Amino acid sequence: MSEVIVVTSGKGGVGKTTTTANIGTGLAKLGKKVALIDTDIGLRNLDVVMGLENRIVYHLVDVIEGNCRLKQALIRDKRYPGLFVLPSAQTRDKSAVNPAQMTELTQQLRDCFDYIILDCPAGIEQGFQNAVAGADRALVVTTPEVSAIRDADRIIGLLEAKGMSRCDLIVNRIRMDMVMRGDMMSMDDVVDILAINLIGIIPDDERIVISTNQGEPVAGDDSKVGQAFMNICCRIMGKDVPFMDLAVKRRFFMRFTGLLKKQREVRS
Amino acid sequence: MKFRYYLNRNKSKSIAMDRLKVLLISDRVDCNPDMMEMLKKDLTRVISKYLEIDADAVNVQIRKTSLKDKGTYQAKICANAPIKSVSNAVTLKP
Repeated sequence: MSEVIVVTSGKGGVGKTTTTANIGTGLAKLGKKVALIDTDIGLRNLDVVMGLENRIVYHLVDVIEGNCRLKQALIRDKRYPGLFVLPSAQTRDKSAVNPAQMTELTQQLRDCFDYIILDCPAGIEQGFQNAVAGADRALVVTTPEVSAIRDADRIIGLLEAKGMSRCDLIVNRIRMDMVMRGDMMSMDDVVDILAINLIGIIPDDERIVISTNQGEPVAGDDSKVGQAFMNICCRIMGKDVPFMDLAVKRRFFMRFTGLLKKQREVRS
Repeated sequence: MKFRYYLNRNKSKSIAMDRLKVLLISDRVDCNPDMMEMLKKDLTRVISKYLEIDADAVNVQIRKTSLKDKGTYQAKICANAPIKSVSNAVTLKP
């Protein structure tokens, strides 16, 4: 049984593409057959995050317009068996595709893949409508910031109006030190406001920047972010995984230096 | 003195939460500020019939409260109307 999942957020820059790339990689590492589709026509990015930008021959719009077969456009990721990426077009715009065509495309992919993950563009216009059309469930990505949460709430409303059966929340870029200081909303606060099921929390980590620089997703490595993405993959597959403890343990002397720094900030 | 600053500082998280709660409800209910203003005026007028209140300090907000037993959320109107003087209050005759 295959599942079509759309990764969306409303606001741009909260980590949709990174999440898509990492969840795709994680599911492939868990032995699933995964197709990642970049639906952001005109602003394609998933291929660079995955490190596959040099292997694009055909793209999404070519498939839709019948310039090539679906199999030809799917790029196989050689690092993981069962992971394929369908890049979007860079020189076209969102109107090149309509929701019915996207639904048909995902239907075709259902036969040969366990998971089809759609990377949704920011915004609530046609690009969003296209991406959401064929999806069974949605992953809403947000960060613990006012603007991102507001947009996530709007998106959740739109998804519910469309009759999306399952919406799960991913809280990205959480900084535990700030949460403990009371300067950032915790995942509980975000869930309390948005009132949907939480499927994962991802700590803010500079490793993500390094991984996108290298074009190699972090899912499944020994870091906390890698583990967080892996946990989300397990939960998508229906396993019950406890949420990881992200609390940062500050050593005695670190606490002391932190206090000195604070004092200096106030004086300056 | 500096320490008191840290103790009394309003945590930015709670500011964000308070702002969001109000914001999202008005987003969801989809009522514009004009309607809220009219609602506030009408409420003030009605309450003034019975109690002397400070009309400038009346504050009307739509908030979201969680119904703990049902696990769902509900929007409700919160109105704050400071009473100026109790002595002037009209005693209602049955």
